[in-house]
Amino acid sequence: MIPVKVEEKLFQNRYRVDSGRPHINIKNPATCQSECKTQECTICCPAGCYTAEGNGQVVLITDGCLECGTCRIICTTYRNVDWEYPRGGYGILFKFG
Amino acid sequence: MDEKFDAIVVGAGPSGNAAAYTLAKAGLKVLQIERGEYPGSKNVQGAILYSKALEEIIPDFRDDAPLERHVIEQQMWVLDDESYVGSTYRSAEFNKEPYNRYTIVRAQFDKWFSKRVQDAGALLVCETTVTNLIMDGQRVIGVQTDREGGSVYADVVILADGVNSLLAKKAGFHAELEPKDVALAVKEIHFMPEETIQSRFNIAEGEGVVIEMAGKITQGMMGTGFLYTNKDSLTIGVGCMLSDFKQQKITPYLLLEQMKAHPAIKPLIEGGEMKEYTAHLIPEGGYKAMPKLYGDGWMIVGDSGMFVNAVHREGSNLAMTTGRYAAETIIDLKEKKLPMSARNLALYQGRLEDSFVMKDLKKYKNMPEIFHKNNQFFTTYPELVNRAAHTMLTVDGVDKKTKEREIRKSFKQRRSLFGLMGDAFKMWRAFE
Ligand SMILES: Cc1cc2nc3c(=O)[nH]c(=O)nc-3n(C[C@H](O)[C@H](O)[C@H](O)COP(=O)(O)OP(=O)(O)OC[C@H]3O[C@@H](n4cnc5c(N)ncnc54)[C@H](O)[C@@H]3O)c2cc1C
Ligand code: SF4
Ligand code: SF4
Repeated sequence: MIPVKVEEKLFQNRYRVDSGRPHINIKNPATCQSECKTQECTICCPAGCYTAEGNGQVVLITDGCLECGTCRIICTTYRNVDWEYPRGGYGILFKFG
Repeated sequence: MDEKFDAIVVGAGPSGNAAAYTLAKAGLKVLQIERGEYPGSKNVQGAILYSKALEEIIPDFRDDAPLERHVIEQQMWVLDDESYVGSTYRSAEFNKEPYNRYTIVRAQFDKWFSKRVQDAGALLVCETTVTNLIMDGQRVIGVQTDREGGSVYADVVILADGVNSLLAKKAGFHAELEPKDVALAVKEIHFMPEETIQSRFNIAEGEGVVIEMAGKITQGMMGTGFLYTNKDSLTIGVGCMLSDFKQQKITPYLLLEQMKAHPAIKPLIEGGEMKEYTAHLIPEGGYKAMPKLYGDGWMIVGDSGMFVNAVHREGSNLAMTTGRYAAETIIDLKEKKLPMSARNLALYQGRLEDSFVMKDLKKYKNMPEIFHKNNQFFTTYPELVNRAAHTMLTVDGVDKKTKEREIRKSFKQRRSLFGLMGDAFKMWRAFE
C-alpha cells in the first residue's frame, strides 16, 4: 500500500464549517466502543472522519466530511449514525465536482 | 414564505433542473430549493454528458453550456498489477457535429443549467436545506426548510434530492439503502496544460478520450475505474460497491492512490496539479432495488429513485429524462385541472415504462446480482486475460499453438470449463 494522508487531499477542498454544529453524530458511543467489533466507519469513510482510538472508542470529527452517506449506510448492524445534511450553505463546497 | 406554489422541486442537480425548467417553461409557478451555496456545489460526476437527454429539454444547449471536450474515443482497459489489455474505439462519426457526448465539470455545468431554469421563470432558493416533508395524512402538501419561518406549500413536491434520498426516507416512503445497492466513488481532478493532454492522448483541440477500467485496481471488489479528459484537466477516479468496501475493509482513498500508481496510469497523470478530491455514492441496485416513485402529492426523480444504468454508466441522462417526465405529468394534470393524487400521478410511472428508462433498467435487472455473486469478473479474469496477452506477445521460441493450449489450460485451472461457460451464459443473458 502506498502511504497517503487524506488530510493532504482534503486540504485542496473548500469548506464552510458550521462550527459547533456537526451534521453527523454517533447515537451511542458506548455501542461503538463495546459492541461493534468491525467499526467499518473508521476504514471506509473517504474523508477519514472516524478514528479508532486504541481503547475501542470511535471519534468522529465531521470538518472534512464530503457528505457522501457511506458511514450511515455501512453501519448496518447497529444503525448508530445520526445523519443529516449540514445547514443550507454549510459543509463541502465543490469547486469542480 | 407562506406562498403556495404549483410545484416545489427539491434539489438543483440534473433531475431537479430538468423538472423545474420544464414546469417553468409551461408557465407553472415553481419553487426550487437547493442546499448548496450554488447549484453544483454539492454534486459529483465523472463526468460524461450524453447529449440526447439534454437536447430534448434545451435543444440549443451547445451554444453556451460549459462543455469540456467532445468524446471521440472510448477505451476499455482490463488491468493486472503491472499491465493492461485494452480495446479502443475511435470513430470519425464521433467527430461530426452535433456531437453525441461531452466531458463536463459538474459545478460549472449545474450552474449553467440553473441559470437557464431561472431564465425560464422558476424561483430558485439556494443555501437552504429541506428538512422534512409536510404531510396532511398521506398527502404531501409542502416542505419544511432550515430557514426561519421556512415552511412552503405546493400542490406537488418533486424529490430530486439525490442518492441519499433522506426526505422520502424520513417520510417513510422507502427504507434505508443497502450497501449492496450503492457504489462509493472517489475521484480527483488534476490540472495540466491543454497541449499536454492533447499530446498524451493523441487528440486535437476540443477532442476528448474516456478510459474505463476494470481489474486489479479494484482489489477484488465489484467496481470500475475511470480517467476522463477535460479541457485543461483530467478526472481520475474509482468506484466500488459499498458492500465490498465494508466486507473487504478497504479504504477508498488508498485504493485511488494505488490505482494512480499503476504503471499504465501514472504517466498519463504525471505532472498534473491536484485541485480537488471528492467522494459520492452512485445508486447501482438497478430495477429490483427501485423504490416507490410517486404518491399523493409527491414524485421521485433521478438518483433518489435509483435511476442509474451501471452497465452503461448512465445516470445524469436518466436524471434529466425522469425530471422531464415528472414535469410533463404535472403539466398534463394541471391542464386537465386534475388533483396531484397518487392515482393521477401514476401516469408518471406509465411514461417511464413506455420509455427507454424502464426498458433499459429492466433489461439489466439481473446484472447487479450476477456481478455480486461472481467476483471472478473482477479478480481471476483480468489476471488471466493479461497473462494470456503476455504469453501470446512474448517472443520466446515457443510456438503459438502450444501457447494457446497453455492459456486455455490456465483458464480452466482457475475456473472450471463449466464455470467459464456458465459465466458466458450469464453475461449473455444479462445483456441480451
Ligand atoms: C463519480 C461519479 C461518476 C459519474 N459519472 C457519470 C457519467 O459519466 N455520466 C452520467 O450520466 N452519470 C454519471 N454519474 C451519475 C450522475 O452523477 C447522477 O446520476 C446524477 O448526478 C443524478 O442527478 P440528480 O439530479 O438526481 O442528483 P444530484 O446531482 O445528486 O442532485 C441532487 C441535488 O439535491 C440537493 N439536495 C439534496 N438534498 C437536499 C435537501 N434536503 N434540501 C435541498 N437540497 C437538497 C443537492 O445539493 C444536489 O444539488 C456519476 C456519478 C458519480 C458519483
Ligand atoms: S460502524 Fe457504526 S457502530 Fe460500528 S463503530 Fe462505526 S458508527 Fe459505531
Ligand atoms: S458522510 Fe461520507 S465523508 Fe462524511 S463522515 Fe460519513 S462517510 Fe465520511
